[in-house]
Amino acid sequence: MSPLDITLRDPETPRSTLGRPPDYLHEAHTLRSWFFTTDHKRIALLYLATITAFFVVGAIAAGLVRLSLIVPNGQIFTSDTYNKLFTVHGVVMVWFFLIPSIPATFGNFLIPLMIGAKDLAFPRLNLLSWYVFIGGGLFTVADLVIGGVDTGWTFYAPLSTTFSNTYVVPALIGVIIVGFSSILTGLNFVVTIHTMRAPGMTWFRMPIFVWTHYAVSLIFLLGTPVITITLILLVMERSFGIGVFDPRLGGDPVLFEHLFWFYSHPAVYIMVLPGMGVISEIVPAFAQKRLFGYRFVAYASLALASITFFVWGHHMFVNGESNLAALVFSLLSFAVAVPSAVKVYNWTATMYKGSIRLQTPMLYAMGYIGLFVLGGLTGLFLATLSINEHTHGTYFVVAHFHYIMVGGTMLAFLGGLHFWWPKFTGKMYPEAWGRVSAIFIFIGFNVTFFPQFLLGYLGMPRRYHDYPPEFQLLNIVSSAGATILAAGYIFPMIYLIWSLWFGRQAPSNPWQAKGLEWTTTSPPPTHNFETPPTVDFAPYDYPLRTPADV
Amino acid sequence: MNPNDHPIALWPASASASAVETDWLILAFTVLTLLLVVPIFIGVTIFAIRYRDGNKVNRQHSDRRDRMLELGWMLIPFTLTLFFFAWGARMFMDHKNPPANATRIEAIGKQWMWKFQHPGGEAEINDLHVPTGEPILINMISQDVIHSLYIPAMRIQVETLPGRYTQLWFQADRPGTFRIYCSEFCGTDHSAMDGLLTVMTPADYSDWLAHSGSSASMAEAGKSLFSAYGCTGCHRGTDTDRAPTLAGLYGRPVRLAGGGTVAADDSFLRDKIQNPGHNPIAGYPQVMPSFNGIIPEDELTRLVAYIRQPPTTRKLSALPTPLIEAPPSIVAPSSVLAQRSPLAEPSLP
Repeated sequence: MSPLDITLRDPETPRSTLGRPPDYLHEAHTLRSWFFTTDHKRIALLYLATITAFFVVGAIAAGLVRLSLIVPNGQIFTSDTYNKLFTVHGVVMVWFFLIPSIPATFGNFLIPLMIGAKDLAFPRLNLLSWYVFIGGGLFTVADLVIGGVDTGWTFYAPLSTTFSNTYVVPALIGVIIVGFSSILTGLNFVVTIHTMRAPGMTWFRMPIFVWTHYAVSLIFLLGTPVITITLILLVMERSFGIGVFDPRLGGDPVLFEHLFWFYSHPAVYIMVLPGMGVISEIVPAFAQKRLFGYRFVAYASLALASITFFVWGHHMFVNGESNLAALVFSLLSFAVAVPSAVKVYNWTATMYKGSIRLQTPMLYAMGYIGLFVLGGLTGLFLATLSINEHTHGTYFVVAHFHYIMVGGTMLAFLGGLHFWWPKFTGKMYPEAWGRVSAIFIFIGFNVTFFPQFLLGYLGMPRRYHDYPPEFQLLNIVSSAGATILAAGYIFPMIYLIWSLWFGRQAPSNPWQAKGLEWTTTSPPPTHNFETPPTVDFAPYDYPLRTPADV
Repeated sequence: MNPNDHPIALWPASASASAVETDWLILAFTVLTLLLVVPIFIGVTIFAIRYRDGNKVNRQHSDRRDRMLELGWMLIPFTLTLFFFAWGARMFMDHKNPPANATRIEAIGKQWMWKFQHPGGEAEINDLHVPTGEPILINMISQDVIHSLYIPAMRIQVETLPGRYTQLWFQADRPGTFRIYCSEFCGTDHSAMDGLLTVMTPADYSDWLAHSGSSASMAEAGKSLFSAYGCTGCHRGTDTDRAPTLAGLYGRPVRLAGGGTVAADDSFLRDKIQNPGHNPIAGYPQVMPSFNGIIPEDELTRLVAYIRQPPTTRKLSALPTPLIEAPPSIVAPSSVLAQRSPLAEPSLP
């Protein structure tokens, strides 16, 4: 048994369900109460359902891509089908899953709770964001699935504007529309964090989760308009022949690369920063220890959000950009390692002398740390100019960004989903299944993507349907890993939904975690706090251990 | 030794000193990476076991922070990685500065094939033959979308852009057959846009050239085109009455009507044929017609090859009239200056 007195961890004893205020989930059950809600918690669940559906579409496309790559000669699908499949995978995963994943669901649900507010600053705008998101998303997904687009998610011109014979314009229009959802969400978060913090909730009493979402919102606001304009220019060139990127029309294709990556590199941090916020909540809770170096971690979030705007040129080392530009972008990309390292070392140090429980969220967090470190350091390989000359455009890049986006964002998303599931739904998920799935995902992920580092260094270009036979063995290993990974994704979809009806009733604070969201009931009442909270404690206010506690 | 003979690839073949150095670079960087990450992995694992909830261990700690420790783990790994930044940057700069004596091969990328042309005019599709021991410069351009010429055995790739030349160079040090790819997604048959690089001894290469049959060298073919398209009507030898002379022009700075200069590199010459009104040059009214859409890409390459020749090989007796005064040190690549040109109003005939 734990030598720690349970009351030390959770001074509030769980309240009885009798006589508590009606919670946001059970207050009303009509469709209208969901589709016209302005409650940030309900909107978060609408987003959760939407992005899960998009994830399934993207994952099926990925599965078909891996199926095709089992054989080297491209016999399973035609080239055009294969190209459309990886475009579905890329567009859907990047724009409709990864970018909104953590901010639109957990951020929406938790930011008001964490800062002690009743809702976001603009609740109706929040609902509008979801309608914009699902409208644009469904439009593009319908186009991608029914018609098909073969440009890849990068839409490089002039392939996308002049030479592709697929339905590029509708796909672009959907992505442009979804961009407005990002902008509105970012705006809502920034205003909320600035103006709606509870009395006593100073900036340095905010959880890191809120800090990272603040940083992400700034990227939403500053970066998204650039991609919106860029994609509109693509539509103008493709539809009306207005020359911007195609040299035949007097344009410059390198200009597109610049504009595209000026947003799409920061977009990586839109995906990564919220995940860092999730991990910064999970690790202290499951180590029962204060986050090591809180201020450094907060500053590191802002540092990442700033530096990320100055490294886009590292996607373009081999396109003939000037030598000086290549040197500067390479050096700045190395600098990104500094704030990233701060986070990783601080999470590790937080575990030192903690009181660690290896429940599902913590397993995901530990997996995240390992995979993010590998993804980050292989990013330094790619930022090294002469290594980039070999690995650019190969599976090395594919492996690298999947370590960041699946190993990073996806593991943080699943860890956070399990961590806050009791708060979201009032139900506990089955712990044993949770741990088994986490292990499946960790193993499946590594078996899928580690061979791709090797394939890339061996020289296998990405987006190759028909590849040389000497790469087949590693491709088969990778595809086999993808089936393990798929099992790890399917389990939670089943047992989490199962738990909605059959799960154990969740206490207010099942993990004895700190933070205002855990002081509410599970699920929280409609207006979050019966009495507005006053904050007079530090974040991560876990007890310090004295010799008596050992 | 054909790449198809290897059932399973374990380590990429290398065929140049630079490729071997890239391997050493990545191996050394991997060692540093392991030194940085293994402590984290061990730490996470040991802490998770040792400080498991319920274990009776000393958990005594205070809230005191060790700023030196935090600065240390921020800055020491960063400083160590900078060594690799510098190493990679030095190699990259070498790759950007081809030796002056490099053998020049023209490449055109198009959906979905590569066309290579040797200086003597010998052309190949998707396959490329080169000799060992000689620097090979590939000057390339795309006819449609962005491609990228990737030669894993040389550990090098450069994008092939429409509308502008890009270059890569390498020096093979052993004979063999290696793969070449297009590594920038270019549409339906992107994955069929690959081929084989055959590296031969210089003697075999000469033999191969002799047997591959070519009626005219690149420059000779360009000379015929130069007459065929009527360029000789104005650009006559060293005569500068109607148009600037092209003799000895290549590589020299050209004064622009709008001020400033631009280096007469391949992209500049090509751009001048396609869009003469773009970047008008000082001292001449803009009367040249545009050949945009009239001259195919491979003929443009030959024309540029002809203009590029030094005057002696073009058998022009007199030295060129200097239409060029600016010192070469202030010259920017035409691709940079070309984007700043709207200052200069094109004077139409």
